[in-house]
Amino acid sequence: MRTKQKMPPQMANGSAKLPTWVDIGLLPLINVALAFVVSGLLIATLGQDPFEATWIMLRGAFGYEESLGYTFYYTTNFIFTGLAVAVAFHGGLFNIGGEGQAYIGGLGVAIACLALDQYLPFGLLLPICVLAAALFGAGWAFIPAYLQAKRGSHVVITTIMFNFIAASLMVYLLVNVVIKPGQMSPESREFASSAWLPYMHEALAWFGWEVAQSPLNLSLIGALVCCVLVWGLIWHTRWGYEIRAVGANAEAAVYAGISPSKIIILAMCISGALSGFVGINELMGVQHRLLLDFAAGYGFTGIAVSLMGRNHPVGIILAGLLFGALYQGGAELAFENSAFSPDLIVVIQGLVVLFSGALSYMLRGPMERLYLRLRPPPPPPIASVEA
Amino acid sequence: MTAAGSSTSSAFPPAIELRGINKHFGPVQANRDVDLTVPVGTIHGIVGENGAGKSTLMSILYGFYQADSGVIEVGGQVCPIHGPEYALAAGIGMVHQHFMLVDIFTVLENILLGAEGGALLGPGMAAARAEIARLEADYGLEVDPDALVGDLAVGLRQRVELLKALYRGANILILDEPTGVLTPQEAERLFEILTAMRDRGVTIILITHKLQEIMAITDNVSVMRAGQMVAHRETAQTTREELAELMVGRQVLLRVEKSAADPGDVVLHADGLSLIDDAGVLRLDGVSLDLRAGEIVGIAGVTGNGQSELLEVLSGIRPPSRGRLSVHDRVIDHDHPCEPEEMRDLNLAHVPEDRQRMGMISAFAAWETAILGYHRDPAYTGPILLKTDAIVEDTDGKMDRFDVRPANPQLTSDSFSGGNQQKLVLAREIERRPDILLVGQPTRGVDIGAIEFIHRQLIEMRHAGCAVLLVSVELEEILSLSDRILVMFEGRIVGEVAAADADAQMIGLMMANAHETENAAANG
Repeated sequence: MRTKQKMPPQMANGSAKLPTWVDIGLLPLINVALAFVVSGLLIATLGQDPFEATWIMLRGAFGYEESLGYTFYYTTNFIFTGLAVAVAFHGGLFNIGGEGQAYIGGLGVAIACLALDQYLPFGLLLPICVLAAALFGAGWAFIPAYLQAKRGSHVVITTIMFNFIAASLMVYLLVNVVIKPGQMSPESREFASSAWLPYMHEALAWFGWEVAQSPLNLSLIGALVCCVLVWGLIWHTRWGYEIRAVGANAEAAVYAGISPSKIIILAMCISGALSGFVGINELMGVQHRLLLDFAAGYGFTGIAVSLMGRNHPVGIILAGLLFGALYQGGAELAFENSAFSPDLIVVIQGLVVLFSGALSYMLRGPMERLYLRLRPPPPPPIASVEA
Repeated sequence: MTAAGSSTSSAFPPAIELRGINKHFGPVQANRDVDLTVPVGTIHGIVGENGAGKSTLMSILYGFYQADSGVIEVGGQVCPIHGPEYALAAGIGMVHQHFMLVDIFTVLENILLGAEGGALLGPGMAAARAEIARLEADYGLEVDPDALVGDLAVGLRQRVELLKALYRGANILILDEPTGVLTPQEAERLFEILTAMRDRGVTIILITHKLQEIMAITDNVSVMRAGQMVAHRETAQTTREELAELMVGRQVLLRVEKSAADPGDVVLHADGLSLIDDAGVLRLDGVSLDLRAGEIVGIAGVTGNGQSELLEVLSGIRPPSRGRLSVHDRVIDHDHPCEPEEMRDLNLAHVPEDRQRMGMISAFAAWETAILGYHRDPAYTGPILLKTDAIVEDTDGKMDRFDVRPANPQLTSDSFSGGNQQKLVLAREIERRPDILLVGQPTRGVDIGAIEFIHRQLIEMRHAGCAVLLVSVELEEILSLSDRILVMFEGRIVGEVAAADADAQMIGLMMANAHETENAAANG
């Protein structure tokens, strides 16, 4: 730092401030639009009609009840993993391990279900499973967190490695331990129905509202509750205050009597617990058994969701919805037209991540200049404004 | 040889003439219709508060920024400066506040850097050596060309920077706050060199916020305020008071008025405190001191002689490696550390030296910064939720009482000017009514109007019976506020003086740890 050029204060504070609606509303929309334009060009070079493809994707994601159910079901997972990344991010930690934490969280759910589903009713089993998901997810995040806090091992490296460890561990357990005897596929036995989280279409039917069947289940409500809790935690409790303090300026946090090691562990454990809830949605909600690879990249996509949602629960819901729609609409597109392989859908998702995540500040400069041109600057500061 | 104000009476065209310079960063107009004329062979001071636009103006002249409009003339020729290389070609050199030297290179290698004069170093080196010898002789810039820059004292490194600029043929030098890191003796030596340069026709622009330097060395002075040039004066025709008033736009009290101290009991007692940092370097070396209720003890010293570490140990941020510290009845040593939180419970408050790095969190709203360190206080937080409304109201009161502008607790902390940030931090610490107040660099980067206010607050704390430990690199501040002065050098306290007996010269010698050797020389 010492050799860095000294910048005048005006530069140090960054340049012009964009109004909030441009910053968190318009810019992400333009970024997503750009991603779709490039995707459209790509589709066109494959000899397909991009407008038709867009239409199929939109209809596939939102067009009818069943598709909406699927979209929201994916969204549920993205909200959990997106929130997980966001909590860690506020503490200045980049938790890449959502995938493994979700996987191990699911293991906790499965252990609880397999052990207790014969004895306990749903009402008792559910809180135990939620707790198990949180504990196992948090536990898997705790080790990298501890290594970061006490030994200085970078959490990005360790969480990535822990994804692989989780995957290997699950293969071992499913093949050797929890596999249902006498079958070839590495899956546990099916949970008893007392461990099944009601589907949304079932729940709505209790109120006399008949909707089409889909994997969407009551986890969505849990995800929305988590959004409120995370919002409250981060901005309205002293633990959130301490997490943000450590994330924004660890030195000032130490000055304020906050222990960064404790906060790193706290933030990572909350993060891991949130990832673990993917296990509730997937195993109790849909699969009703433990199986391989049920986390299916939700943990990784959560990074993009959180990034795009600016680490705020509301943004994460919206970004989760976008990625849910991409997953579901993309699946529909691949189903309708064999020219669109699932890989192409992944490319489109990748473009969205690229433009709204990695390049999210690309348009900021031009946007600021445009904004300044459209709106002339307020009168320059005069002497009396100075304190 | 001096020319009055902006109209030059010299036969030569001015070295630098700026006309109608405008520059804005976003909606902030950093420079507004700035005119400046600097006659050849003069030392021209530019003063102004932080954020007045001095640095921006010089960055435009040196090519770091392009002006939105306006004309730059060098030696009577219109000279567009699109980058530092254009400035160098026009004979303009700049010495930055933070030196741009490679520590592991020799002086000669540093001077040659970027002007090697060919693929092989040999011939360039020889030519440079001769040229440096000439410059040394001409200007009194003595420095060993074969010494490693990392081994040199700060004052000598600055000479290397000057040599670097001169070697590149600069005949116009811009110096940005050149004395910030120097002892008074080093500063005096620098001024002698600058005067020698001026006498040989070099034009010097000196940016500073120290008015006594302006008075001591410049021929002309220009005052900037809020992005505009508000006055040009011939230094001989003006006074410090007038310049201060021009800078701030109103009358300023430069002297601090205070009555005699009435020290009470010892509230903080340090006994042989030492600190060895992670790299194994001894940062504090057996520091012992007493702090009594109702007195201000000033710690003087050149930056980096252990003052920061002393504050960190006294405030609990770092435990001492050796030695003991008593705060009231609590005894603290290496095996019984006292965390900052417990220190606050002992009624010890700490205004850190670097508020940006430690005293506040830039991204936090002002109300969040205003409870930093006290956020576990039941007044601010319930069992789970923060009492946001109460905190905001509390911050509103603090902003009102400490005149923080704009008085809006919702603005992010970094949107306030340095002085207002500092007032917010002071309000946070002072309103706890501590028994012991540690204050580091209370007025660094703070405008003159706020300095007056901050000094008054510290004196009032003393009157209220608080023990104040003041660490500052501004010797004047130490001299005018303290009742006792301790001088630090290389982690040790090398002297103690009652404020009444102290003068800048004597403290300055102690800061360089030269007083003992001088005494010895005088006696022997």
